[in-house]
Amino acid sequence: MKPFTKLKAVAAPLPLINVDTDMIIPKQFLTTIERTGLGKNLFNDIRYQEDGQDKPDFVLNRAPYRAAEILVTGENFGCGSSREHAPWALLDFGIRCIIAASFADIFYNNCFKNGILPVVLPQAEVDTLMKTAAAEQMIEVDLAAQSVSDGTRNFSFEIGEFRKHCLMNGLDDIGLTLEKEKAITAHEQSLMADQPWVLKSA
Amino acid sequence: MINKSVTGPRTLFQKIWDDHVIERSDDGTCLIYIDRHLVHEVTSPQAFEGLRIAGRKVRRTDATLAVMDHNVPTIHRDKGITEADSRLQIETLEKNCKEFGVTLFNMKDKRQGIVHVVGPEQGMTQPGMTIVCGDSHTSTHGAFGALAFGIGTSEVEHVLATQTLIQKPAKNMLIKIDGQVGPGVTAKDMMLAVIGKIGTAGGTGHVIEFAGSAVRALSMEGRMTMCNMSIEAGARAGLVAPDNTTFNYIKGRPMAPAGEHWDKAVAYWRTLPSDPGATYDTEILLKAEDIPPLVTWGTSPQDVLPITAKVPDPATEQDSAKRAAMERALEYMGLTPGQNLEDVSIDKVFIGSCTNARIEDLRAAAAIIKGHKIASHVQAMIVPGSGLVKEQAEQEGLDKIFLDAGFEWRDAGCSMCLGMNSDRLKPGERCASTSNRNFEGRQGRGGRTHLLSPAMAAAAAITGKLTDVRKMQS
Repeated sequence: MKPFTKLKAVAAPLPLINVDTDMIIPKQFLTTIERTGLGKNLFNDIRYQEDGQDKPDFVLNRAPYRAAEILVTGENFGCGSSREHAPWALLDFGIRCIIAASFADIFYNNCFKNGILPVVLPQAEVDTLMKTAAAEQMIEVDLAAQSVSDGTRNFSFEIGEFRKHCLMNGLDDIGLTLEKEKAITAHEQSLMADQPWVLKSA
Repeated sequence: MINKSVTGPRTLFQKIWDDHVIERSDDGTCLIYIDRHLVHEVTSPQAFEGLRIAGRKVRRTDATLAVMDHNVPTIHRDKGITEADSRLQIETLEKNCKEFGVTLFNMKDKRQGIVHVVGPEQGMTQPGMTIVCGDSHTSTHGAFGALAFGIGTSEVEHVLATQTLIQKPAKNMLIKIDGQVGPGVTAKDMMLAVIGKIGTAGGTGHVIEFAGSAVRALSMEGRMTMCNMSIEAGARAGLVAPDNTTFNYIKGRPMAPAGEHWDKAVAYWRTLPSDPGATYDTEILLKAEDIPPLVTWGTSPQDVLPITAKVPDPATEQDSAKRAAMERALEYMGLTPGQNLEDVSIDKVFIGSCTNARIEDLRAAAAIIKGHKIASHVQAMIVPGSGLVKEQAEQEGLDKIFLDAGFEWRDAGCSMCLGMNSDRLKPGERCASTSNRNFEGRQGRGGRTHLLSPAMAAAAAITGKLTDVRKMQS
């Protein structure tokens, strides 16, 4: 996983609330067995016409937003299906950071597994950054400092220590957990003693 | 087992959580043990590929069960899958399960079906367990008092390799529904009422415990319907405290504890319900008597109204973001403010999905349909939740009732809930659906979805428009 430290980039404004993962990547693209290649179908149904032509008014079809690496959007982003294809599609398009007032839990979690930083800010600050994005001005995100800047104003955000550490260092969770093999085995042994049916009946 | 997370009375969620914590770090992040892992074809290929690249194994094949459900055809199954990419995904699951030693119910197995119907049906879902699946509707299994939630594919890989997950504990929300529901009101209506009240982000960061006399009175099927849609209320998991209804459902199923293990298990399960005096971060109260048969009008599951209501007017919404979302939804849905919901004509009816494709749901639909024909302009299909549900329905003669009325009687799978197979809406088609999501394009690009109960879907099939089921009941 690519580490995330600092990012100064074009931010695309997407002022919709409750954007669901079906909208981010529709079902017809879930038949892939790869993690990559989904960027061209990111937001497919609102980005392309039926015949495959670009919808010219959709934000990611317009310069400079075709090169956006940050998305500024409405509350409850990523609700619905748990499909990790949603962060895969965003990442494959080039989005490394999403700024919103709130995210759906599973999507939020999935972002961290893919080197994407979801930033939660109060709605008023998101509204300010939405204007910055719409004015085609760059936004700068600094994970170590936990801050977002539009050049004149600085907004700070919260993030869990463990998630921050993994994201900044591009760490693989599974490798970390496998180092705890002894503790996992000990748990299984206590299960065998206290709740044998949990281990035996599957 | 590790120390309790709170001193004093604990909630059902806290008890299950505490019993599964392997390690807790300073910022509250925990390594928790996962008792059961369900796998399907859509969210697993990249996880197995990750194991292969790293040279890792599946830690507990005995705790893992794979089912193919999202892509499978529900008709002419003997002819195989025509779409090449769907076929590849199905074949990839077969190959991965064989290579890693995971049990798989394939398309030819009569136990095959929707993963969240199959787990409980096999007795794999039990109280007090942690259960995960790369699917947001894993919340369904919470009906048994199990902590069950959906995960992404990276986490699927993590569970396959380690049988654990790195998680922070959720907040506790109590939703209490007391009283007795009126005629024509089902668990689906109760849950739509909850989502309508708290919104699709209302449960974010929480696990919802459903309680109260109206929840307690529900069958396991009804409880599963409610917990299933916890995710539509923003919560990763729903819970109902286990009781005799739960134990009676589990007893004797293939993967249920047996013999002395059964007694030991039940004794443990009885310790799980929330302690008197346990506190919740959020509490919501609803009266069962206040809940009518409901239907969605928009493109979010929170867009809920009584079937007797009119399509809402965005002009009355003060919040500009919400008003814009309403306008967008009405345009997508092809509805006009002030229109009676009961006047809305439909093209298709879908009775199925992990929300409403269990035997009780089919019985409820059959009770309305019996002796009627579906409207001539309507195409209606019933997709049972599993091969075993289908078999049982046929033993009860329900298939005859459906077929005589003009319904299609399909094979088990996710089908038109998300249209990954060929069961899809065409642009502009309007569907009365017992599924869980009415998002734009969910059932097919341009398709329009109205969520409702199986009884309400049956009523709509007969009249050809959204209909108050109470008018069909004598």
